[in-house]
Amino acid sequence: MNISGQDFIYGCSAIGAGLALIAGIGPGVGQGIAAGQGAAAVGRNPGAKSDITTTMLLGQAVAETTGLYGLVVAIILMFVKPFG
Amino acid sequence: MGMMKIPMIAREPDFMIHGVLKYHAFGQELWISDTTVGAWIITALLLLFGFIASRKLKTVSESDTPGLFQSGLEIAMEALENMAKGTMGANGRRFVNYIGTIFLFILLCNLSGLLGLRAPTADFGVTFLLGLFTFCIVNYQGIKNRGFGHVTSLFQPIPLLFPINLIGEIANPISISLRLFANLLSGVIIMGLWYGMMPWFAKIAIPAALHAYCDLFSGAIQTYVFCMLTMVYINDKME
Repeated sequence: MNISGQDFIYGCSAIGAGLALIAGIGPGVGQGIAAGQGAAAVGRNPGAKSDITTTMLLGQAVAETTGLYGLVVAIILMFVKPFG
Repeated sequence: MGMMKIPMIAREPDFMIHGVLKYHAFGQELWISDTTVGAWIITALLLLFGFIASRKLKTVSESDTPGLFQSGLEIAMEALENMAKGTMGANGRRFVNYIGTIFLFILLCNLSGLLGLRAPTADFGVTFLLGLFTFCIVNYQGIKNRGFGHVTSLFQPIPLLFPINLIGEIANPISISLRLFANLLSGVIIMGLWYGMMPWFAKIAIPAALHAYCDLFSGAIQTYVFCMLTMVYINDKME
């Protein structure tokens, strides 16, 4: 079986794209912690439920960014092919 | 995506930007893509709505009780002003026009996936431009309010930290634009994969839930986050 240099680069790009999505672990943990703390806060102070939910969602949306950077890197590796 | 070549090979699950019309300018080959067309449609809708709404508001006399349309608009405007005032305090009133404009534009762009358009904000060219607007306003306000202190604040607390402060300033527009872009792009990819790869019976009711999450929920939250962060960045430079 012949593997040309081009194919090798594409294969390595696909592996790199998969590795880039490991970045999804961090935001997952962080969002989970935020949601847990939000649930605890609602348990202590049910009257402030809407404020807590808004703050939690805002923080989670910002915390998501690092995972999305991983997604962007993976998409660039897969579809833009900067090394091909 | 801005970095991609526009005319893509048509794949089965389709989530790429497509060129609509090719033209030449300044010796370069440029494309009018479906991002541009979507942005035009949304701008036209907003202009039309603004025109009709302002005409309708003028015809209401003072003795009349405001109708449903006017009441709704006033409630929405008040919510917007409260959002600006909650984040920026007394400065909020000056920026509520700008914030309201980008809020409506980004919101309609994010929701345009429901109309079958490819969301214009799922193109880095659009979101980076919005981030650059924020960057320009932030730095204009910094120079206007602090003068030379805007530059020297980069050397705080010790001059050694200048490179880090500089990177931190430059990273702001890139970070807020990439956040919006990547969220919308992930929604577009998920919808494209679902519509392109699932058998026909999976396309009946299930996409409604996906649209509700990817377009409505994610789109609304990211619009709010973008406007909120813009206001926070501007407010940082106001005092």
